Amino acid sequence: MNVKRTEELVLAQSEDIVRARQTVRAWMIREGFSLVDQTKMVTAASELARNAVDYGGGGVVLLEQLLEGARAGLRITFTDRGPGIPDLELAQTDGYSTGTGLGMGLGGSRRLVNEFTIASSPGQGTVVTITRWR
Amino acid sequence: METIPILKVGDCLLISIQVDMHDRLAMSLQNHITEQVVKHHARGVMIDISALEMVDSFIGRVLGSIAAMTRVLGAETVVVGMRPAVAITLVELGLSLGTLRTALNVEVGMELLGSLIDASTGGAFRERQAD
Ligand SMILES: Nc1ncnc2c1ncn2[C@@H]1O[C@H](COP(=O)(O)OP(=O)(O)OP(=O)(O)O)[C@@H](O)[C@H]1O
Ligand SMILES: [Mg+2]
Repeated sequence: MNVKRTEELVLAQSEDIVRARQTVRAWMIREGFSLVDQTKMVTAASELARNAVDYGGGGVVLLEQLLEGARAGLRITFTDRGPGIPDLELAQTDGYSTGTGLGMGLGGSRRLVNEFTIASSPGQGTVVTITRWR
Repeated sequence: METIPILKVGDCLLISIQVDMHDRLAMSLQNHITEQVVKHHARGVMIDISALEMVDSFIGRVLGSIAAMTRVLGAETVVVGMRPAVAITLVELGLSLGTLRTALNVEVGMELLGSLIDASTGGAFRERQAD
């Protein structure tokens, strides 16, 4: 697999979530994704960026343009150095929230993308990677 | 600070969201709308989201809260103009907007708002509109 292009953004406050989704939108358009695919990826990115800001104390988002054989994709990685998630399965359950949210961010964004991986360790932070292939 | 304008038309408040709202802006819109409902004794609120390219769980929750809060204050809320790609994404995300009333566009939204207000006031709204 080839990574053809990358971009990194800082996530510190709620304006950065807007910037992240606008950047993802621009990449999805440039990569020729359909409007529905664009909207799904942008929405998933917004959820994960917000989690990094609200629970992870901020972090970074890395966008990577992928080329694997004939298929092109966009991979986005959200990394924070926050408290981590003690029970990953529970956290991904629809409706589970330790905050005031609806608890739909993790489970929902997983449904909106082709590949979803999450890794977290207490005190170390959380890394979530999503990929959408065209 | 940036704000989203709220127009008063008769008994109703009209809001057209034209910017990609960050979370604090969405919260301030929620507070602003509830204040204006009380101030103007509004019976209806119409929120046009046709310019929104995305509705995530936060914005969806804020729209639902606005509807719930205004209802407690005696005003019905209708959200109009959701883009098809946004609707498809919301369903897959798993967001049930619950009791949130939606309509395809402003015209249909106005009719829905009129009948919702009529239902809660016994027809007073339509009669007044016809005067
Ligand atoms: N980056 C993170 N760091 C630490 N905890 C996290 C992180 N992301 C998610 N969590 C935990 O997982 C829970 C579920 O997250 P999820 O995004 O599904 O829901 P939510 O953020 O609570 O609500 P919603 O996203 O619907 O507004 C959160 O309440 C939080 O406890
Ligand atoms: Mg969340």
